[in-house]
Amino acid sequence: MSRSLILGACLSSLVLLAAAVSFVWTPYDYTALNIPDKLQPPNAQHWFGTDHFGRDMFSMIMVGARTSIAVALVAVGIGMALGVPLGLTAAARKGSALDELIMRGNDLVFAFPSLVIAILITAVFGAGAINAIIAIGIFNIPVFARITRGAALSLWEREFILAARVSGKGAARISAEHILPNVANLLIVQGTIQFSLGILAEAGLSYVGLGAQPPTPSWGRMLADAQTMVSFAPHLALIPGLAIIVTVLGLNLLGDGLRDWLDPRIRVART
Amino acid sequence: MTKQTFRSFASVLAVSASLFGTQVFAKSDITIALQLEPPHLDPTSAAAQAIDSVVYTNIFEGLTRFMGDGSVVPGLAEGWEISDDGKVYTFKLHDGVTFHDGTTMDAEDVKFSLDRARSEDSANAQKALFAGIENIEVVDPLTVKVTLSEPNGNFLFNLAWGDAVIVAPESIEGIKTNPVGTGAFTFGEWVQGDSITLNRNPEYWGDRPALETATFKFISDPTAAFAAMMAEDIDVFDNFPAPENLPQFEADPRFQVLVGSTEGETILSTNNKMPPFDDIQVRQALAHAIDRQAIIDGAMFGYGTPIGTHFAPHNPAYVDLTGNSAYDPQKAAKMLADAGYADGFETTLHLPPPSYARRGGEIVAAQLAEVGITANIVNVEWAQWLESVFKGKDFGLTIVSHTEPMDIGIYARPDYYFQYDSTDFQALMDTLNSTTDPEERTRLLGEAQRLIADDYVNGYLFQLAKLGVAKAGVRGLWENAPTAAIDLTQISWSE
Repeated sequence: MSRSLILGACLSSLVLLAAAVSFVWTPYDYTALNIPDKLQPPNAQHWFGTDHFGRDMFSMIMVGARTSIAVALVAVGIGMALGVPLGLTAAARKGSALDELIMRGNDLVFAFPSLVIAILITAVFGAGAINAIIAIGIFNIPVFARITRGAALSLWEREFILAARVSGKGAARISAEHILPNVANLLIVQGTIQFSLGILAEAGLSYVGLGAQPPTPSWGRMLADAQTMVSFAPHLALIPGLAIIVTVLGLNLLGDGLRDWLDPRIRVART
Repeated sequence: MTKQTFRSFASVLAVSASLFGTQVFAKSDITIALQLEPPHLDPTSAAAQAIDSVVYTNIFEGLTRFMGDGSVVPGLAEGWEISDDGKVYTFKLHDGVTFHDGTTMDAEDVKFSLDRARSEDSANAQKALFAGIENIEVVDPLTVKVTLSEPNGNFLFNLAWGDAVIVAPESIEGIKTNPVGTGAFTFGEWVQGDSITLNRNPEYWGDRPALETATFKFISDPTAAFAAMMAEDIDVFDNFPAPENLPQFEADPRFQVLVGSTEGETILSTNNKMPPFDDIQVRQALAHAIDRQAIIDGAMFGYGTPIGTHFAPHNPAYVDLTGNSAYDPQKAAKMLADAGYADGFETTLHLPPPSYARRGGEIVAAQLAEVGITANIVNVEWAQWLESVFKGKDFGLTIVSHTEPMDIGIYARPDYYFQYDSTDFQALMDTLNSTTDPEERTRLLGEAQRLIADDYVNGYLFQLAKLGVAKAGVRGLWENAPTAAIDLTQISWSE
């Protein structure tokens, strides 16, 4: 196992742990306002300090991790659930009208700058976590469709697939039983990358006020709220900023590490 | 260095110092930042405060005018006589006043302006100001006689509004983009989205202002406002959007901070027609669930005065009714239970962009949650707010600051967006409007304040503070805002 895999796994699981623990325990109630205690720098009672309403930043970061992870995870889920079958179908029917339709549809979605369309979707249908999930999820579909199709195409030329066809299996069954398991590692790696992009997109949307609405904490909104206070309470911006960095860095390192680790060719070369 | 070169070097230094010096001492230009850009520049056909900020007393003048302390003094009218029955006002106009296009300002222009404002198809945003006028008569070029249908003790106050300024029929066509008035400053240039420039009017009838040019810049983003001020790109910020930054300006000798009051009653507006808010018990519970001081401290960093009714605390007729809706969450929860909402209920809380609303809304939502009311926050832009809340009345709760002076009369309009329909209050307003006796008016205003407080029409939060930031050398700025205005004629540099 590479060092980047270990570091990535550590950072990612730290964030996941914080999010998981926040369901049962946070140091303080993250919605409880305590205005006399506002803008405290990090100290023994409030490890990450307090925000402009006197809410405990540590609790907010924990619950914010939950928001970010939930949005990004479901968005990646949408992308995989729709993108992978589309990619498998396109590969199985290579060159057909259906293949063309799927891939050109992908191009269409790709052609739009994703964050701008996400802003459009949330502006039209209203701001909120659900719409943010949908907006980010839609742009994950073509990513997974393409990766799946590309990998599947080369698999379709292989002898073991030929053998399966000769033995009478249909395209759908071959896709599910032989193609999918062989592209799974690619999908996992891409999944972690998309996951980190999803975290960034969620932060971006909530920064402009289109993500999860208050009082649900969100890292992006914490950053936006901190903007005018950076000069006298830098922890307000630094802490959510660091949280985003740690998460995205962790997931990227994890993705890199997983790719090397899961790739059979590299593994063979190493041993 | 030889003596020769030293001497020439010294003289260069001296010259550049004197050049620099004259520049500093004769500083006659100023850059003023506003949060919002005016939609156009006609104060007589729109309610937008930003228009008045730019043009009031600078470009356009009325018969009377507001001073920074809220008093009403003569403007274009040098004096007036009021008949014994209080119905006929005879205004004597200043002689030799010309509009910026060279045409003279006389009684005909006054009649034209007031008739235009009160006409059937008038686009004036405050038509009620002129409602009592029965007839306007030109006696001679410098005398106008205005006859009212009922005595109106507020008439001179009404004429001081930006909506009542004197315009000319010759230049009315292009007033929205090329305003022509009688004021001490003429319209220069408007770079859309960026700035408006005004220049000193050399023909001005009154005292010559110290400033030669003034530039209004539009900066709504609080972060950009802070950066622009710190970089000294602007000299004055009329109403600074981020109260949290004021201590930094106060600590910095380069700046002065002017904390005053505005006419802005910041309220938790309640849709009185939408269940469960049609039940007075629910509205009362709402009022008791709110901790005003926490909102002022949390959203405005301590700037603002708690109010218990829709009236400005600096007004002599103000009655402090904050005790009527004191913070008492237990009582609020009990009242909700009595009203049949023991488990609370769910509603929406629409929040426009200013920080008093966005931050105040988060605090209000948290306070309502304490008594079991779930207020779902919906952040909206101003355009959306006007469309869905103000016009569409599709809201449960919203937070907004009503910045018009003396606007308690909006409670007499059942179709106004919070839809308070009380015949008692409407009758009271009718009586008030036909009363001229100052003491009786004060008593009636007090009664009106009590009535809307006892009916818990809205949650009354606080009077919005005016948070001006300026460079230390600027003199003559208004501390308070009796109306939206930046009176350039009084502004000068002290250095």
